[in-house]
Amino acid sequence: MKAPETFEIPAAARVNYINAQYGLKSWLLTKDHKRIALLYLGSITFFFFIGGLYAMMIRLELLTPQGDFLSSTTYNKVFTQHGIIMVFFFLIPSIPATLGNFLVPMMIGAKDLAFPRINLLSWYIYLLGGVITIYALLAGGVDTGWTFYAPYSTTFSNSYVIAAGLGIFISGFSSILTGLNFIVTIHTMRAPGMTWFRLPLFIWAHYATSLVMILGTPVIAITILLLAFERLAHVGIFDPAVGGDPVLFQHLFWFYSHPAVYIMVLPSMGVVSELIANFSRKNIFGYKFVAFSSLAIAVFGFLVWGHHLFVASQSVYAGMIFSFLSFAVAIPSAIKVFNWTATLYKGSISFDTPMLYALGFIGLFTIGGMTGLFLASLAIDVHVSDTYFVVAHFHYIMVGGALLGYLGGLHYWWPKISGRMYPEGWGRFSALVVFVGFNLTFLPQFVAGYLGMPRRYHAYPPEFQVFNVLSSAGASILGVGLLIPLIYLVWSMRYGKRAEANPWHLPGLEWRTASPPPTENFLITPVVTWEAYEFAPPEEMQVIGKFREGTDLDAPIIGKS
Amino acid sequence: MEHKASHPALQHHFENLEQQREAGTLGMWVFLVTEIMFFGGMFLAYTLYRTKYPQAFASASNHLSLPLGTINTGVLILSSFTMALAVYSAQTGKRRGQIVCLALTLLLGLTFLGIKAIEYHDKYVDHLIPGRLIPGRPFDASGVHLLPGAAKQNVEMFYWIYFAMTGMHAVHMIIGVGLLSVILYFAARGRYGPEYHNPVEISGLYWHFVDIIWIFLFPLLYLLGRHLEH
Amino acid sequence: MSVQLRMSEHIVPLRIYITIFLALLVGTGLTVWAGGHDFPGSLNVIIALTIAVIKATLVVLYFMHVRYSSRLIWVVFTAALFWLGILFALTLSDYWTRGWLPIS
Ligand code: HEM
Ligand SMILES: [Cu+2]
Repeated sequence: MKAPETFEIPAAARVNYINAQYGLKSWLLTKDHKRIALLYLGSITFFFFIGGLYAMMIRLELLTPQGDFLSSTTYNKVFTQHGIIMVFFFLIPSIPATLGNFLVPMMIGAKDLAFPRINLLSWYIYLLGGVITIYALLAGGVDTGWTFYAPYSTTFSNSYVIAAGLGIFISGFSSILTGLNFIVTIHTMRAPGMTWFRLPLFIWAHYATSLVMILGTPVIAITILLLAFERLAHVGIFDPAVGGDPVLFQHLFWFYSHPAVYIMVLPSMGVVSELIANFSRKNIFGYKFVAFSSLAIAVFGFLVWGHHLFVASQSVYAGMIFSFLSFAVAIPSAIKVFNWTATLYKGSISFDTPMLYALGFIGLFTIGGMTGLFLASLAIDVHVSDTYFVVAHFHYIMVGGALLGYLGGLHYWWPKISGRMYPEGWGRFSALVVFVGFNLTFLPQFVAGYLGMPRRYHAYPPEFQVFNVLSSAGASILGVGLLIPLIYLVWSMRYGKRAEANPWHLPGLEWRTASPPPTENFLITPVVTWEAYEFAPPEEMQVIGKFREGTDLDAPIIGKS
Repeated sequence: MEHKASHPALQHHFENLEQQREAGTLGMWVFLVTEIMFFGGMFLAYTLYRTKYPQAFASASNHLSLPLGTINTGVLILSSFTMALAVYSAQTGKRRGQIVCLALTLLLGLTFLGIKAIEYHDKYVDHLIPGRLIPGRPFDASGVHLLPGAAKQNVEMFYWIYFAMTGMHAVHMIIGVGLLSVILYFAARGRYGPEYHNPVEISGLYWHFVDIIWIFLFPLLYLLGRHLEH
Repeated sequence: MSVQLRMSEHIVPLRIYITIFLALLVGTGLTVWAGGHDFPGSLNVIIALTIAVIKATLVVLYFMHVRYSSRLIWVVFTAALFWLGILFALTLSDYWTRGWLPIS
């Protein structure tokens, strides 16, 4: 095949992945990565709302200094379950399993992921893990904190630690399989002409994320297994009475769980790189730096876990090493922020909903990352460890970063996924509500934490009440801001304006096929002859045959339908 | 793009068998990476606790049966050899050889598991199953001859590591046996030949990997400390 | 892409398989013998691990065909070892330095 030719744009491909087959069975047994992405989308949304309910209970309890709404035992369970659900069943699969699943093959010009059956299997594994965890919650709950520290979890807790651990253990395999599939797909299934440096940055980010998934997740798997073994049989793994060491649990746990925070935020960074470049209509500033900084984060992210053990009787010398390395890991993140900012410079920026989320991401992620540096400084951490400062820090990154990136990406690709436009006015409005609500929720927590309010208690001294009232008020606003998109996205699936193939007028491969795309993504295998984010001026586009007078499409559709 | 008559084993989303094979092999290697990290956590625990309690570990280790351990090592190495030959036979189109080698590998795998079961049973008889794993039969180290400097309560540390590591290894062997049974079934129906044998190949990779784990477990669990006995 | 990926499959001759098999058996015998022998210092551990590493390397290179595989497979495999190294090195950096600072 030669360079892509230009065809008339079909309003929507007659046969697309959604209407290609009907019936429940065609969904539950599908091997199409796009349908599996939708299955994941539904399930993580479900878990997100369960996690959200717990969050609301936490904020309700903390409205007053007395522990009046929930008993201390119940409160322990509520924050634990909030953490477990949000981390393991929402944030970790959020972008990779939905947007990544949908877009990785499409952006590299492949027909599917390398192992479609394994992809479907991963969803079932995820569900199984989810069901077991929900069983643990219904049967009586877990109260160890999402971190499961020994010896409380192995010896003293009377809650359903093993069931919850089993759920996380199982769902870990779904994350491993997703990562494995992405790595193999990106290596072996790129379309002709799709060289490594023509890959969209979203793909680089997912490649790096997959590395973390396959290298880190097995370690949490064995850790949870040993924890369960110890809890069942009391063999002494983490029990000093027999000679074991509880701090070993923390090492093993954080060897995965610090990198896991990058599983959550790297894909989001990938989304933001797409959004910033595309909504500024400019090539990204320093493509290779942004691409390699993803890999650097994946590698350095594994070198810093000891910053969670500063006050856990870890040796001071190790603490110094980990502190130093934690400062180093901030460099690649900072490179990204600088490159995004430089990309905005002199761009023709449009403030559509996805871009609002992207800009929000940059600001909030920066705050989250900078406070991470505070925490990584040994002496400061001794003061703020286990306070609300830490809580605010990681929410700035996990909600302000990962969640905002997810929402931005979801809006951006919604026309492609559903074939419908979402209502732009509502989109911008809710993005603003989310931003305001978020900051009102978590900014006061920095202050409360810095003044010494500890985390994980249901009661607190009255002088902290003002911060907690602000925070609870913010949480309600944030909750509303998150409900609005749920409503209008569902609404738009039926009543939204039909989306064109390329509603944003962008050059990426995923925009060169119909919305929604046909089952094998492209009707013929694309041949890539352009660079990523190649926004040539219109006159040039005409010369190289990518722009047709009379259509508002910058990029040609590949193949007829 | 060339369009050869497509092979029946070629899946719809690959361009050709070569790409499919490449993906399969890479996929298995990536999977083995996860396995290395998985076992790595236990090797780490072993390293820490062994350096902490060398004498107790040596005493406990000397209680394991060296002859059985050695025989099992031999069995597993032989099975790796037959597995390699099975792949070889598939590549060179020797169908009989392929089936015989796969069957032998399977059998040797089962032999390994059988011997392992005997060893586990011996530990059960000696009250050496750690913790309260067996109800009504708690761990009791009095049968273990303690070397000078070994504390009795640390002996249990060795045994949980022993059971965790060899247990996980055995689980992997069982999975391997299941995998090979499927492969054997399809091999008997003539599915694999010089053109298409990637499933045999990647099952082989898995099998060899499990062998390698044992190659490390054997000296670490059975041998270190033998010399202290006299 | 498929064009670039093309690599002809290498068939390892039988002779090599047999040699490796014998070498593995010899290695096993050697390590059992060395295990019962009292070497000075921590030489026992070093010998046992060296033999194990050599045996494992032989399996990886020949039985698992890495010697004849693409660069990518080498990279994947060494990456695993590298990350295992991170896990060990940084955890041990804690345990080995715990006693250094005298705490009253
Ligand atoms: C990039 C995304 C990041 C995410 C998602 C994230 C997430 C988290 C989470 C979840 C915790 C709390 C763990 C717990 O429950 O105890 C935490 C704590 C911490 N984070 Fe981050 N973090 C990120 C980046 C950083 C960076 C860049 C640094 C420093 C360079 C950092 C330093 C710390 C430290 C030192 C703590 C421990 C605080 C303590 O418990 O005393 N984080 N982070
Ligand atoms: Cu961390």
